[in-house]
Parts: sequence; structure tokens; C-alpha cells
Amino acid sequence: MRAAFIRTLVELAERDPRVLLLTGDLGYTTVEPFSERFPGRFFNVGVAEQNMVGLSTGLADAGFIPFVYSIAPFAALRPYEFIRNGPIVHRLPVRIVGVGGGFEYGANGVSHYGLEDVGVMRVQPDLTLIAPADHEQARSALLATWNVPGPVYYRLGKDDRTTVPGLGGRFDPGRLQVVREGEDALMLCLGAIAAEAVVAAGALASRGVSCAVAVAASLNPAPVDDLADLISRYRLAVAVEAHYTNGGLGSLVCEVVAERELRCRVVRCGVDRTPIGIPGSTAHLHRRHGLDAEALVDRIGRELGRPRR
Amino acid sequence: MLVPALAGPIRPSVESAMTPQTPITGRAIRRIVLERSYRAGVGHIGSSLSVADLLAAVYDSQLKHPDVRDPDRNRFILSKGHAALALYAALYLKGWMSEEQLASFCTDGSPVGVHPEHTVPGIDFSTGSLGHGLSIGAGSALGARLQGARRRVFVLVSDAECNEGSLWEAAMFASHHGLANLIVLLDLNGQQALGYTRQVLDLSDMPGRWRAFGWDASEVDGHDVDRIVSAIEACDGLSGPPHVIVARTTFGKGVSFMERQIKWHYWPMSEAEYRQAISELEDRS
Repeated sequence: MRAAFIRTLVELAERDPRVLLLTGDLGYTTVEPFSERFPGRFFNVGVAEQNMVGLSTGLADAGFIPFVYSIAPFAALRPYEFIRNGPIVHRLPVRIVGVGGGFEYGANGVSHYGLEDVGVMRVQPDLTLIAPADHEQARSALLATWNVPGPVYYRLGKDDRTTVPGLGGRFDPGRLQVVREGEDALMLCLGAIAAEAVVAAGALASRGVSCAVAVAASLNPAPVDDLADLISRYRLAVAVEAHYTNGGLGSLVCEVVAERELRCRVVRCGVDRTPIGIPGSTAHLHRRHGLDAEALVDRIGRELGRPRR
Repeated sequence: MLVPALAGPIRPSVESAMTPQTPITGRAIRRIVLERSYRAGVGHIGSSLSVADLLAAVYDSQLKHPDVRDPDRNRFILSKGHAALALYAALYLKGWMSEEQLASFCTDGSPVGVHPEHTVPGIDFSTGSLGHGLSIGAGSALGARLQGARRRVFVLVSDAECNEGSLWEAAMFASHHGLANLIVLLDLNGQQALGYTRQVLDLSDMPGRWRAFGWDASEVDGHDVDRIVSAIEACDGLSGPPHVIVARTTFGKGVSFMERQIKWHYWPMSEAEYRQAISELEDRS
């Protein structure tokens, strides 16, 4: 996603001289298409994320559209207060790009995981929050949102090859994208883990369980109406996210179910403990936290077998 | 804490401190600070008195744009946002804030609060969280350079604010990129919320610290407006390093019982203290 995002950003920068790119000394082999094409509009600010966001606040006030780039926790968490008191409070078009949402920096350990970025960003009412599920959607999401008036947080994955079957690069702010139809249960997915959910839905189908899959890439504006409409057709809705179970998509789903008084059981498949002491590959971590296709199949099978309360 | 209401109305100002005037003086700012903080029952008085002459200098000599929304205006960032009342006073004396708006300080529904918000015309950026303003200022200065504009960016920081690592992130960036159009006014009053800076975190040789970060640093009496203006005018805004003017100030300047007293970082005045403070200010005229 990150390479597709930067390629698309280069296209936008060709059209609009206001587009700048700042990095906190990250993005080796990723940011070069921009830095080489626009050396005067690219700034490696050093390992200083708070300053990077503060700089962007001043630049946006001067009329620019600065994109700031780092790994998700360094982009979202270290400068969080600067994001809040800067572009959010001043409603300026700063774009925060957090790469590697979830466990994508697997072996690098917990310092590099993005497990609460959506949660902390989602609470900000005046921040657009986008978490694409694959590189095609990352491109369309950027094209749809790069020029919105206020700030945006983009949560990107690193994978630039895998696509989510059925998604076709679709994106609409405030909407869900259904990628697979089904009748017995509904999986609602945040980010690149959607591909795993589609695999799980295929495996469930071979067992005679029909499971729909939808992608929620626009978290703010939240796809509240689409969620309510879709969830109301199912007795089981399963949120799937490489994110803490509190604060992310699963919480959003619970909010919609409660506020719209829907009769649907919600299961949140996410990370429910601080992942220390078990670094490894992304696949390993998904497995350990019940997020790989096999674990999702087991979980949904179990949940459907439970008697309704 | 609320102070008791005055038995009678506050006497009209002896001088026309409530009327826009030129030149803007630190004394006029101080009078407004005392009046408005007393009426609102709000503290941060000592900090506001500390920066009064710095604000008088910069607003009188550098911020002359006719329209507070002019995109090419010089920018001013009060990074030590808790001294906002002094900034409101400067804006009022400049004619950019109405008397009605100034009088609404810290009243329900007013945007004129303890810390400045950009929704108030004349306030370029909302501040209040220390260590934030310089990075915004550096971005603003970089933006001006990218646009080929000659505008300058002034950032007023406190000495205690230099405790914040983010300030030094911005300082490194500004010198590395030669942001000559960026001027920091550093209010060196030696105090912070809970103690003296030398006791909390020693900040000695402040100019040397900034020079080590690649800045042009000068020192000035922070209550001598002419010297502050001269120091600003001596800054090359087109080339070379960014500038810091280390202004030696007295916390609570102008009110004897507030000067260098930690209490007056937060404390509001009683009626007796207010009347004494006003009296001292008038006696010094």
C-alpha cells in the first residue's frame, strides 16, 4: 500500500504545487519516487515526529498540503498531542501517514506495532480517518480524500501485491465496501487483514457456512448507515482487525448496534493483550492473536453454534 | 479560586489604557492585565507582566499589517500561551480587538480565554501546551521561504518551556534549514510553575545553548523596549541562521509583591492586592 500511496502522491504533486512530503527519517525505498521528482518539496526532518507535525501545522497555515510519513505508532502516538492541538484544532489540511498498521512490522516487536492508532484517532471528531485494505484501495482512498479541508490520518499497510478479492479498489468516504455476499454471518474488516477474512469465508463456505465480508476503510466519517443496514440482516457480526479490540472497528460496530437497537450478536476479533515477548512474523502474530484464516473459521463456527441469548 | 467582587466599580484608568493607542507601551499592557485578571479572578498575572515589554516591542514595531487575515502578514506565536492576557492587551491597544471582546475575558461563551485561540481575530495560532509553538513557527517560516515571501515569524517562548524536548527538535530543524526569517523572543524570567528554573532544571547559559544548536543569539534587557526593537532590527531576515533574542525579564514586573514570587504564576488578586498593584503602576508613571 505504501508504494501505491507514494506513487499516487507523486501524481497529485504534479497537479498541485501545494503538496509536500515530510518524513521522520523513514521510508527507505518507498519515498524516493517523490523525493527524486520533487526534491524541493520533500523534507527528511530527522527522527523528530513532534516537530514534523508542528512544522506541517505552520506549512498548512501558509497554504500547503503537507503529508507526514512514519511508521504507525511514531506517526500517530508520539506526536498525538501535536496532531490534536495543531491540524485538528486549527482545521488545517495536514495528512498523517502511518505505515504498518497492526502487526506488519512483525519481528521488530511491540514498539513498531500499530494496535491503537485507529482507536486514538477515531475519537477526534474533526479528523478524517482512512484505513485501506489493499494497495488498490489505498490509491482510490487517497484520490478521494487528499484535498479535504481538515486533517486526515491514513493507516497504511506495507503489502503492495496482495489484493482483497472482490474489493476492486473501491472506496467511498463514509461507506462500507461489501466484497463477498453471505447469509449466516457477517465479517467486518479493518485494513489488510481483510484478505485473511476472505480466505476464512471461503473455508467456511466449504463447510456449508455462508459468510459475508465487508471492508470498513473509512472510519471517520464512519459508515454508520451502511453498518446499520448490513448488520440488521445478520444474527452474528464479527469485527476483524489487527488492532486492540477496544477502540477500533469492533467498538464502532458495538456503538452502531447499541445506538440503532439492532438485534445482532457482535464478536470482536482483535488483540486483547499487550503483545510482549512473542515477536515473530506477521503471520505468526496473526495466528497467536486469533486473526489468521484458520482461527477466524474456528471462531465463527463456534459462535454460530452457540445458542442465542 | 474566585476573588470577592469589588465593593464599587473599578475606577476608570488614569491613562487611556482602554483606548487603542500608539505607541503601545508595556505599562499600558500591564494595566490591562491587572484590570482584566482581577475582574475575571484569574491568575497567570506574573507571566503576563513579564512579557509586557516584549509584546509592546514586537507589536509596535513588527506587526503592522492592516488586515489580521492578510496571508502575507508577519506571524506571531505566543508559545507560552498562559501569558495570553498580555497578548489580548496588545491586540486591543493595536486596535485589533474590541473593548467588548477584551472585557469578555474568561466569561462564559467568550473565545477570549486563559490561553489564546486562533478563532479570535489577530491570534495566529492557538497555544497553551508548552513546547508546541516553535515547531509551528518553523513550519510557518519554511512556508514563507517556499513561497518566496519576505514575511517574518516571531515566536515568544518561556525559559521553562525549554524543558520540552520538542522545542529543541524545532530548534535543530530551523538552524539546519537556515530559517533566517524566524525570530524567537525568549522570556528569561527564571521562574516556572512550581519553582525557580535553576532549582527545577538548570537553564544557565541560555544563549550558549541556542548557539550550540546553530542559532544567532543575542541578549537584551527584556524591559527596555528600545533595545528589544534594536535587537529585532539587527536580525538578518534573509540569510544566515534563525535568531533568538534572550530577554532578561523580571517575573511579575511592575508590581513589587509579585516580582520573583512563585505564587503569582497561578494566583489571582484579592481586592486589596489589586488596588495596591494599580497604585504601584500609576506611581511609576
